[in-house]
Order: sequence, then C-alpha cells, then structure tokens
Amino acid sequence: MSAARRTPRPVSIASFAQSQNVRRDDEHNEVEMLMPVIAEVFGTIGITKDDVDFICSGSTDYLIGGPFSFVMALDAVGVWPPRSESHVEMDGAWALYEAWVLLQEGEIDAALVYSFGRSSLGNLNEILALQLDPYYLAPMWPDPVSLAALQARALIDAGKGTEADFAAIAARSRKDALANPKAQVANDIPVDTLLEDDYVVSPLRRHTLPPITDGAAAVVLAAGDKARQWADKPVWITGFDHRMETHALGARDLTSSPSTAQAAERAGVAEGSIDVAEIHAPYAHQEIILREALGLDDTVTVNPSGGALAANPLMSAGLIRIGEAAARIASGQARRAVAHATSGPCLQQNLVCVLEGE
Amino acid sequence: MAEETTTDGRGPVTTLATPIRLDFDFTPGIAQSKFLRGLERGIFMGQRCGTCGKVYVPSRGSCPTDGVPTTEDVELANVGTVTTYCVVNVPFAGQSIEIPYICAQVLLDGANLSFMGLLQEVPTDQIRMGMRVEAVWVEPDQLTPSLASVKYFRPNGEPDADYKTYKEYL
Repeated sequence: MSAARRTPRPVSIASFAQSQNVRRDDEHNEVEMLMPVIAEVFGTIGITKDDVDFICSGSTDYLIGGPFSFVMALDAVGVWPPRSESHVEMDGAWALYEAWVLLQEGEIDAALVYSFGRSSLGNLNEILALQLDPYYLAPMWPDPVSLAALQARALIDAGKGTEADFAAIAARSRKDALANPKAQVANDIPVDTLLEDDYVVSPLRRHTLPPITDGAAAVVLAAGDKARQWADKPVWITGFDHRMETHALGARDLTSSPSTAQAAERAGVAEGSIDVAEIHAPYAHQEIILREALGLDDTVTVNPSGGALAANPLMSAGLIRIGEAAARIASGQARRAVAHATSGPCLQQNLVCVLEGE
Repeated sequence: MAEETTTDGRGPVTTLATPIRLDFDFTPGIAQSKFLRGLERGIFMGQRCGTCGKVYVPSRGSCPTDGVPTTEDVELANVGTVTTYCVVNVPFAGQSIEIPYICAQVLLDGANLSFMGLLQEVPTDQIRMGMRVEAVWVEPDQLTPSLASVKYFRPNGEPDADYKTYKEYL
C-alpha cells in the first residue's frame, strides 16, 4: 500500500503547544490551564478560533472528579457562533485521529485538537483501576504500577530486558529532558546510582515510573491551502493507525505489543528510514517492547524530549508525542519521524503516526 | 440440547455489588477563587469580558463566547431579577429544605449570566418571572467561601422588571 493511498488527503501538523508540565497546578482550573495553550497554538501561526472548522478534545472526567469537565473546558476556546465539536474519553492523540478522519472526508480544512490532564487531583492508583474489567478485576483495585510490574517481570523472564536496561532507559530519558524546558523531571543520574533505589513494586524502582503530572497540550491540523498558508514547510501526516488488544490482561503476552506492530505496519513505519521516534512509554521497560513492535533499530533517536518519564500528563502525554515529533521535523532536526501513543493498562491500546517533512 | 444446569436451578446471578468511592481535591482556579472569596465577604463577584463586555458570575476565568481571559473584576449588586423558576414538590433523599419550595434563576443587576438560588419568604403561588429579589446572607460569623453563605433570595418589594430587561437570559 502506498503512502498516498494510506492517507488520501494530506494533513499537516500546523501548530503545537503545551503547558509547563508540573507535579501539581494548585492555582488554575482546567479552563485557566488551557487558555494560554490554546492562545499559543493559534498565536504562533497567526490564526484565531474562527479559522478552524472543527474542535476535538481528549480528557476524562475521572481525573477531575467533575461531570462534564470536557464540556466546560470548551470555555477556553470560545464557541460562538456555534461550533462543530467532539470529544473522546481518551488521550488527545485519539482526538487528533478523529479530527484527521474528518479532514480526510474533505468537508473541513482545519481543526483544533486539545487535551488536558489533571493527574494530581485524585488517587491515580484507584482511578486507573476503574478502567479494568468492572466485575472481576476492578473490585480488587489492582494499581497501575503493580500491573506494569507484572509486565516488567514477564519481560525479564523472557530474556528481553534487565533491571539495568530499565535504569538505562530512565537515565537517558531524564538526561535528554534537561534540554526540554517543559519537562517536569529532568536530571543526570548514573545508572549505577539508580539501581541502588529500593523497589516500589519489584522489579520496578521509582526511576522506572512516570511522574504524576498536570499539563495540557494542543495541536492545529490543516489541509489544503491552509496547510501551505500556515507553514512554509508543512509537517505532513503520511501514515496513521490505531489498534487495541483484549481487555483481559491474562489473555495477552505482555512482553510484546501486537497492536502497536499492526498499527505500525498499517501506518507504513517501515517504508522509509525513521530519524526520530517519540514513544509513549510511561514505564521505562515499555520502551523495549515498543521499539521492537515499531521495528526501530539503534540508529533511531528515541524520545529526545524525555518522553513520558519526564512528564506524563494523563490524556495529554500521547498528543504531546505527536507534537514533539512534528516539532523535530519543523526545526529541521529530522525528516521522517514516528509518534506513538498508548492507553489502558500494560499498553492495551496503541496509536502510531508517521510524520514527514518536505 | 440439555438444559442449562450451571445455575443450580436458581437462575442467573443478576446483581453484583462492587462498591466504589473516589475522593478528589478541587481546584477552583483564580477566577472562581475570587467569586468564593466574595461570598466569604457577603458579596457577589463577577468578571467582565474585555471583548464582548458581558459579565459572568461566577466566572471560570474565560469568556465562553469569545474564548479570551476575563480579567476585569466586577462587584455585583445584592439584588436581581427572577428570570425563571420552578416549585419543587417532590421529596428526594438528602433533601434539606421543607417542600414545597422555589428554585429560581436569578439575574443579578449588572450580570449577564443568571444562576440558581433558593427563593423564600414568598408563597409558592405568588412567584413569577420578573420578580425583583435580594440575597439574604447568613450571619457574618457564618460566612464561608461557599454558596452556603447565601441563605436564600427573597422579594425586595420593587415593581417587577420589564420583560425586555431579562428576555435574553431565559
């Protein structure tokens, strides 16, 4: 399948913005958190809300504990005259996918995608347990770190990684994050020092875990004349797919990610060389699984932003991967990149987006 | 085909209780904090949109029409107009007010957004749209940054407001 057939209508990442990622934003409500991000994503390309034909957001009320927080968040955009709008109860990367599908239909030329994650307002161990099977699994409240630890243990037993490998991924990510002004956790700590940490849940030490992050992000998508108007050298989406695996953790081989591999194949990742990959691997060991599923060799620069180990605003971290990958192309540091987003326990759902410059 | 025997004759299980409770912190933000701090002082604080001029109470920090920050703080009057109402006759769990009672949308003078309040000191058959009302606050030492600081609204004796002054807010 050719790239042209895969994405019949070229769509560009015209603009990307994200908030400062912080452990806890006590000062702002969701609208106040989003407004500067929306203003920036429009402002950098000199447009207003009236220049986009569609708005799609990704968030979940479970993080905030307030019903219809996704509707109230629209106050940050301004929806008069009445706007065409949608929302996914998923990471903003999937909201971007919905907007991209609508752009494929050809009736609109531009869309705003945004997401916000207040990870700090509730107990994430309890909240994330509720995305599991509600009858037999959720009532036992298995926390996400323990589930990730099961996956990491399986990976070690399969000979695919070691605790030192996990530490090396964490060390590299947070060192790279020193160059990312939006990062929450950035440091330069040797692997040997990291391995002296106690286990949180064996075999996972604290450094292999994502931080708890409050943050928001936004992207403007453009097609047709608008893509050229808003960028001298547009960053094009040339492949896009998402797949999911069964809800039943026990039925999956947690050491591989067939949904990522399938999405990567359908998105055409292997049809050219990849310069940069922004992978959404909240837990360090998951990068090993995802590298294999995406077919990335050692020449590929992975997560120069620091990835989700440097900042993990739930519902936004996947969208940020797409934005970061696009930014590398826009700045000329990369010509072809892959961005990945995940959702659900132990990489249950995965989205793969191939981006190319001109 | 043999009859299903898995339910030992008692039929399928139809109920499974899995109690769930989640606790959250609340972050009102800058704009709503100003509103809540106003309630603590016994006044209604709103914010004006610099683009369209509308005053929102409570403000969430943006103009939902224009999508711009609302930066001008506005102290609103203690009086307003009933734009619409309902008389509650239905008892429900947790009800703290004796039925029947009146639930009204009140448009405070100077505001462009009405909000819901309890209306008292008026027989339920005399409530009407356009009625002028005033807020009755709890005792000064009982004021908190919460809508509980407003005991209720009551008629303030002014003639009814002209329909055209509130028809945009129904």
